[in-house]
Amino acid sequence: MRTRMSMRRGGGRGWLAGLIAGLVLVAGSGCSGDGGGSEDGRVTLRFQSLAWQKESVDVNKELVREWNATHPDVEVEYVQGSWDSVHDQLLTSFEGGEAPDIIHDASDDLADFAYGGYLADLRGLLSERLTSDIPGRSWETTTFGDGIYGVPFLQEPRVLIANATWLKESGVRIPTPEKPWSWDEFRRITDRLSTGEGKYGVAWPLKEPVSATLNLSLSTGGQLFHRGADGKVRIRFEEGDEVVPRTIHDQVNVDDSASGSTLGSGGSDTLPGFFGGKYAMVPLGFSYRQQIVQQAPKGFDWQVLPAPAGTDGLTQGVSPQTLSVAEDSPHKKEAAAFIDFLLRPRNMVRLALGDWMLPTGTQALRDPALRGEKDGWAVGAAVAGELRSAPAQSVRGYPEWKDKVATPAYQSYYSGAIGMGELRRRLVGDGNRVLARYQR
Amino acid sequence: MRTSRRARAGQYAALLAYLVFLAFPFLWLVSTAFKPARELATLHPTWLPRDPTLDNFRQAFDEQPLLRAASNSLVAALGAAVIAVLIATPMAYVMARHRTRLAKAATGWVVVSQAFPFVLVIIPLFLVLKNLHLINSVAGLVMVYVVWALPFALWMLVGYVRAVPAEMEEAAAVDGAGKLRTLVSITAPLLAPGIVATALFAFITAWNEFFFALVLLKTPEKQTLPVVLTHFLGAEGVADLGPLAAAAFLATIPSLVVFALIQKRITGGMLAGAVKS
Repeated sequence: MRTRMSMRRGGGRGWLAGLIAGLVLVAGSGCSGDGGGSEDGRVTLRFQSLAWQKESVDVNKELVREWNATHPDVEVEYVQGSWDSVHDQLLTSFEGGEAPDIIHDASDDLADFAYGGYLADLRGLLSERLTSDIPGRSWETTTFGDGIYGVPFLQEPRVLIANATWLKESGVRIPTPEKPWSWDEFRRITDRLSTGEGKYGVAWPLKEPVSATLNLSLSTGGQLFHRGADGKVRIRFEEGDEVVPRTIHDQVNVDDSASGSTLGSGGSDTLPGFFGGKYAMVPLGFSYRQQIVQQAPKGFDWQVLPAPAGTDGLTQGVSPQTLSVAEDSPHKKEAAAFIDFLLRPRNMVRLALGDWMLPTGTQALRDPALRGEKDGWAVGAAVAGELRSAPAQSVRGYPEWKDKVATPAYQSYYSGAIGMGELRRRLVGDGNRVLARYQR
Repeated sequence: MRTSRRARAGQYAALLAYLVFLAFPFLWLVSTAFKPARELATLHPTWLPRDPTLDNFRQAFDEQPLLRAASNSLVAALGAAVIAVLIATPMAYVMARHRTRLAKAATGWVVVSQAFPFVLVIIPLFLVLKNLHLINSVAGLVMVYVVWALPFALWMLVGYVRAVPAEMEEAAAVDGAGKLRTLVSITAPLLAPGIVATALFAFITAWNEFFFALVLLKTPEKQTLPVVLTHFLGAEGVADLGPLAAAAFLATIPSLVVFALIQKRITGGMLAGAVKS
């Protein structure tokens, strides 16, 4: 017994020592030394992509392969990032001087990085072809101060995804980009589509109520954020800012034509109810069409409709996906050249198809692949010209205003807990106090 | 005092309800992993997939390097567990047996250190590791995990050491055993369940850890499983739910296996200390 135990213990120690040695060896061999710099004159760039859906990842990887095959002196390494954690991850990487050379992100996430000096000003680095291909209104989304800190390349409007059978049977007028519904008409129609018994004309997934409300309010002339002659931004809640929130509020609380239970939901959460015949329409981002194609029951007939229009037509705010170059990158020219390659019209079309979004490039947008009736591409392409920079995305203090003031205020208003007067007081009174701290 | 039948039935019902409560997320994860995309978006979801499929697993493996990520996670978690236990055990012994001011201060520091949030330390940590050339290295990650697991491991082990009666060591000394012999032949076997439990804690903590791995590992070849799992998530909380569930299900298996293998030792050790003669 004693001997056996000793042997077992001896064997255990040997096993443990072996394990530790193995771990040290494996971990040691895992030590990096990539450096990212150039060896034998060869440049290596790290491209962090946030593409996550299979088609999109495949396209990005294919494009990197194509670049590497034709540019032996500048090798691009594909690094997978995640939308879920990109801000924290980038911030730490910037602080530590280890950021990727080429950064995929969204324009509403760039302000802190641009003002913080982490991103390269792309003026002078990009080709004339690319600069002129993307319209000025898209460049506005990545312009902070005097510099341009990202290339906006994919964007998505909010559209109405509708149960085509339900709409057809109800006999309502089907809107088109040329003749969309007004907000009043939209409210009347959702009321008509609601048949009671838990069936609603619309389900608003408003987990993020601020961006949805502000972006759609551009159609009714809502600006909310106004820059004065002194350069300071102040919040004013005017007539144009009231239309969208009032419509949603009344659909939920007055007409009972919108489900109150989806107000805190994300877009995906509303799809089971949509497929199950609870909601006639769901306002969603354009790229949600992919999920609908994958998940809709066989025979489910759906269609894409433009969002309602206001005094400013179909105008909507968007925060496009962007490609930026890290300020610390020693190879900015090469990084910009890769971006230029990635965003050639044909490649931009491939990226747009992979992500089910719209390209910002005017040439790419003309591609027939993005203008077909199938899956609602034509509706998206038709409203692309109406997309503008999301309000306030470049306003300093906006994230705090959004999280601490606007989100709870809109949520309370939509749920019926407060009225329009209180909503205004909170957005403007509390909001301006927050902004003032950032503009001293 | 005998428990009545009704009370016993109530106890079992409560236990069953608790087990269901604990198991529900895991069972739902397993169910989701085997459901085709269309079944994931139905208004009336079912427990059992109506049309079970392995497509989610195929897609998960096709899209992400799960095996490589699992191997990185395994190295990091095993490394962290072994090293944390090797460091914490002697420290815990000293702190438990010699109740000096230093030991008390160390215990206090251990408790305080648990209050630091990740975000507070991540940038200084990143800079320190960068200077040591340990960024983007599994070795660097193991070091971080060891440091992160050490306070709680120490705190756990101190409790286990205290549960071993000092009289047994004194008896061994009276019988002529030296200090080392006493530690190896008397204390260590009694402490084994505690060491195993602590190692398990360190292993699972490191296996599940996301934020440090996200920030400290740059290249895809080094990424661990929790980081790779986020690649199934899109913007605004949209997720590729089927493949995500399949990958997450696979990611839980090692923890379950490790726990199943050593649970007897843990419960055995707990019971051994439960009855005093």
